[in-house]
Amino acid sequence: MSGYIERTIASLVAASERAAIAEQVAFSEGALQRVDPRVKVAGLFALIVVVAASRRLSVIAALFVIAAILAAASHVRMRRLAGWVWLPVLFFTGAIALPAIFLTPGHAVASLGITAITEQGLRAAAFLIGRAETASTLSALLVLTTPWPWVLKALRIFRCPMIVVAILGMTYRYIFVILQTALEMFEARQSRTVGVLPPSERRRLASSAAGVLLSKSVQMSGEVHQAMRSRGFRGEIHLLQDFRARATDWCWLAGFGLVAAASLWYGR
Amino acid sequence: MAGRNLNQTALHIPDGYLSPATCAALYAGAAPFWYVSLQRMKRAFNTQMVPLLSVFAAFSFIIMMFNLPLPGGTTGHAVGVGIATIVLGPWASILGISIALIIQAVFFGDGGITAIGANCFNMAVIGSLATYAIYRVLAGRASITSARRVIAAGVAGYVAINLAALAAAIEFGIQPLLYHDASGAPLYAPYPLRIAIPAMMIGHLTIAGLAEMVVSAGVVAYLQRSEPALLKRTAPGAAESSAAVGSLRHLWFALAALLILTPLGILATGSAWGEAPLAQAPRGLRALSSFWTAPMPRYAPPFLKSPAFGYLLSAMTGTGLILLVVLLTGWLTRGRAGSRGLTK
Repeated sequence: MSGYIERTIASLVAASERAAIAEQVAFSEGALQRVDPRVKVAGLFALIVVVAASRRLSVIAALFVIAAILAAASHVRMRRLAGWVWLPVLFFTGAIALPAIFLTPGHAVASLGITAITEQGLRAAAFLIGRAETASTLSALLVLTTPWPWVLKALRIFRCPMIVVAILGMTYRYIFVILQTALEMFEARQSRTVGVLPPSERRRLASSAAGVLLSKSVQMSGEVHQAMRSRGFRGEIHLLQDFRARATDWCWLAGFGLVAAASLWYGR
Repeated sequence: MAGRNLNQTALHIPDGYLSPATCAALYAGAAPFWYVSLQRMKRAFNTQMVPLLSVFAAFSFIIMMFNLPLPGGTTGHAVGVGIATIVLGPWASILGISIALIIQAVFFGDGGITAIGANCFNMAVIGSLATYAIYRVLAGRASITSARRVIAAGVAGYVAINLAALAAAIEFGIQPLLYHDASGAPLYAPYPLRIAIPAMMIGHLTIAGLAEMVVSAGVVAYLQRSEPALLKRTAPGAAESSAAVGSLRHLWFALAALLILTPLGILATGSAWGEAPLAQAPRGLRALSSFWTAPMPRYAPPFLKSPAFGYLLSAMTGTGLILLVVLLTGWLTRGRAGSRGLTK
């Protein structure tokens, strides 16, 4: 446990790096990057809902293949997608789904002594893993091909209140400010720490770090408020709507609609 | 962006675990709480609402990333709902935690997009309201710096996160009852209530609950020492600092004891060191001795025959006079500060 501070620093750095890479990919010249964010948000969200609604494994598998093709066409590396999405989801959902192949009552397809693998159990596990993998890939595609501020603006097509969009945007920005503060706090502590911290000291360190971060957050919210007021903020939120749908965007929308409708039909 | 961590995602329901109908019902269940929270926040904070919620949601997000060492050598992640509720109140916490969960789901892949309503209902709504109710009941009118508040925060965080886990377990457990294909295979979360509830609760009663308890209690203890003002929002009617009141009470008792013991001085033989008889004093001082005659010379008021009682009365009179001077000075100082405040 000597690396408690190091592991916390590593997880904070990893989050920053992933965000930076996502932003880099989002600005590259891929297929989905060229699509109007509103079309992407609506289209990919529709596909995620269809994945959740489908009652056929073949339909879920087909949507997974479509998601993988879209990722390849959008310069999203398969290795990155596997490392960030597919393997973690497989481990997490796989661990949850594994007992289901034995515990779900039904027609036994293989006997393992005191227990048996059932057909219904295999199907249940396949549904769970297939849905989780496909939906995660589609949601990852959205943020890997669209800068976050554009995703937020596009949320307005779902009648998301402007104030919520503004808060989401500011939250995302301050996540990285507070992340940097937390990183500096742990690095400062790491530079002053010699030897192994006992468990009680590690808990005290984590609680104090959270407390300091809370105090700094309160102070920061006050300063941000003052800065906003000094620039004329009186509570009204205005968002610049500079999206312009082109003919190709309408084609993409039609494509998303067609795939979603067909999947819904075959998957019912 | 699914940088998933097994501990962290235990309560973050991913896509595909709940049916679309369940997800829609839980979005509908969370929506009124979001609406009421937004209206209350607008009324309470006006222009301060946007930065306050943004920064607090960002703080909650970062707290969820903290790797917390727990008793037994394991580690866990807290949701941060306990401390957010205690510092901000339940309504702001509902919004702040919900925003953190939305960003986690959409941008970082922790929790599903279709399950945002479910995750917000379980963690933000149930978590915040349960924390608030338990914290208020357990903390009572204890002072801000009381140890009782630390315990109340820990218990509230622990129970709240377990109630949220129980809600998630029930949502999982009803899926196989309601949704299965023609062969009987469950379409979503595959375990019935009798498996889903213990499976979820074992992990939360032991690890995730402890993580929330450590953060809630630890941060409240830290704020009591460094910024107690941040704890006042959810502590209406809290008594003045119990430590100060307690120490003052002890002082009163000590003072009373000393007053009662003052006649002991008579039992000692001889006179106190340095208190020379008037005859041995220099001539100049002897000349001045008649300038002021004390009303209670040598701690023996002339109208009392008992020297012990005289000593006691002298001690009480002296103490009373000192207290009177202190109180008068305090009253005058407060009066001036108040008049300055009014004229500002």
